[in-house]
Amino acid sequence: MSCLQTLSDYGLRAIGYGERILPREDITLCEQFVLIGSGMIWNVYFGTLALLSGFVLANAVAVAKASPNPLLRKPAEWFILIFRGSPLFIQFFLAYFIFLRLKNGIPGTDFLTSAAAGALVVLFLNTAAYSAEIFYGALRSVPKGEVEAADAYGLSGWARFRRILWPTQMRLAWPAYTNEAIFLFHATTLVFFTGFPALRQQGDALYYASYFADKTFNPFVPYPILAMYFIILTLVILGIFGLVNRRLNRHMPHTVQAGMRAPRAIFR
Amino acid sequence: MLEGLTWLSCYMTTGKHLTAYWSFVTVLVLLAITAPTALVFGFGGAVAARSRIAPLRWFGKGYIAVVRGVPDIAFFLFFVIALDQAFEWMRHKALCPDWTDPIRQGNDFVVCQAAKLPLSSSPQWVHEVYGFALAVLTFAIVFGAFAANVLFGAMRAVPKGQIETAEAYGMTPRQTFWRVLVPQMWVYALPGLSNLWMVLIKATPLLFLLGVEDIVYWARELGGIKTSRFTDYPHGDWRLWYFLALLVFYLAFTKLSEVVLARWTKKLSHGQATLGEMA
Repeated sequence: MSCLQTLSDYGLRAIGYGERILPREDITLCEQFVLIGSGMIWNVYFGTLALLSGFVLANAVAVAKASPNPLLRKPAEWFILIFRGSPLFIQFFLAYFIFLRLKNGIPGTDFLTSAAAGALVVLFLNTAAYSAEIFYGALRSVPKGEVEAADAYGLSGWARFRRILWPTQMRLAWPAYTNEAIFLFHATTLVFFTGFPALRQQGDALYYASYFADKTFNPFVPYPILAMYFIILTLVILGIFGLVNRRLNRHMPHTVQAGMRAPRAIFR
Repeated sequence: MLEGLTWLSCYMTTGKHLTAYWSFVTVLVLLAITAPTALVFGFGGAVAARSRIAPLRWFGKGYIAVVRGVPDIAFFLFFVIALDQAFEWMRHKALCPDWTDPIRQGNDFVVCQAAKLPLSSSPQWVHEVYGFALAVLTFAIVFGAFAANVLFGAMRAVPKGQIETAEAYGMTPRQTFWRVLVPQMWVYALPGLSNLWMVLIKATPLLFLLGVEDIVYWARELGGIKTSRFTDYPHGDWRLWYFLALLVFYLAFTKLSEVVLARWTKKLSHGQATLGEMA
């Protein structure tokens, strides 16, 4: 079987198109490349949607945490504490069991027990909490002079936030937020190793990599392939975020603009 | 029939539950062994990444870079099999030199009986300890790379003037490294290492994926539906409550660590002109 044939059989296998049965015997290098690549569709799906939706919520939570009103601040603090203080792995399990209960209790919520929706909700809330903490930190380090200048111009409330605080907050938060994005995409590999089922063996890249490692009993092929895909993905994220960073810093002197190297701190 | 609190206190002290409580100790032991080991790996990695010998430097930088670019779960799943096979292969080479068959036969990995790890004749606890040791080594390799990144940054953060002064006093590079650079780098490394400790705590449930009977394993085991045929304490699907308990455990653990680490940071940066002092 040629590699082109394999590509058409398994290229979209992860989302349910093509050959139904996964390769079992005489597994070729091509099959491993194609299927693990096919699994990356899920990683990109989870990562992109969670990042975009999480970004919106994170901004709201960051502003709420900076608010003097305890009715806004306290919930935001608890939200961040719970999602940052506990392992994502446990959050996936817990959420899955909550969704199972919902399914039995409330009709119409059964879609949440699928990975595509349920795991996305968990990733969305998780990245929102981590990003909110980053944005909150950045909001607190907006230079005082800028705020005073805004006051002097008579800007207040929404206009001050929208035109002065938020752009600076984003600019300061961006390197850390880039890391968060990379980590989020890496965290998407956890989904199919928690309660969420991989229906009809439609899983993500790591799901297929571990499938091949189990079948061939040789981890030295599938995992490096997976690593290659993820390094490419990481480089793409760095590239896109670098472009945004250039735009955020376009008014700054060039010496500062060049300051966006690969960020040093790599954790969430 | 037992009711209410009496029932609960009996239920929480069944033999299986008492075994499960020991798995919390497993997590703590893992942390206690992994943290220093990872620090040693990290120190080695950072020194390698700064080395003047090019291949060593490439190795150090590559070690740091690959772990950054690839999900840690992939490393966990990879190393657990890879290390096992590597050990068995080395033993195979040493113990059965006259074996001629290839080790990889189709989809199988075949070594001679004497090279099996652990030996098939060994008792159950040896299997468990071996599995746990593999997990610890895997954690140390992955977190060693993270630590290497932190220490590499910390070594570069030590003010140049300090190094130049040491050199001006006639210290050899080795002396400069051990007497000036290493003692001073910790204060710069502390924020990163604190962060790393938190990440390490939150990575411990991944032990479950490595086949260790840890707290996640027990939460699934004990929480599942129990009928009265097999137990005196039948109940429905309680996994939700068990995982809620795990969540609370981790929240308390990370919160406690945060408080302790903040105190240390303050103490260690005493008299140093860093942000930790001002905070």
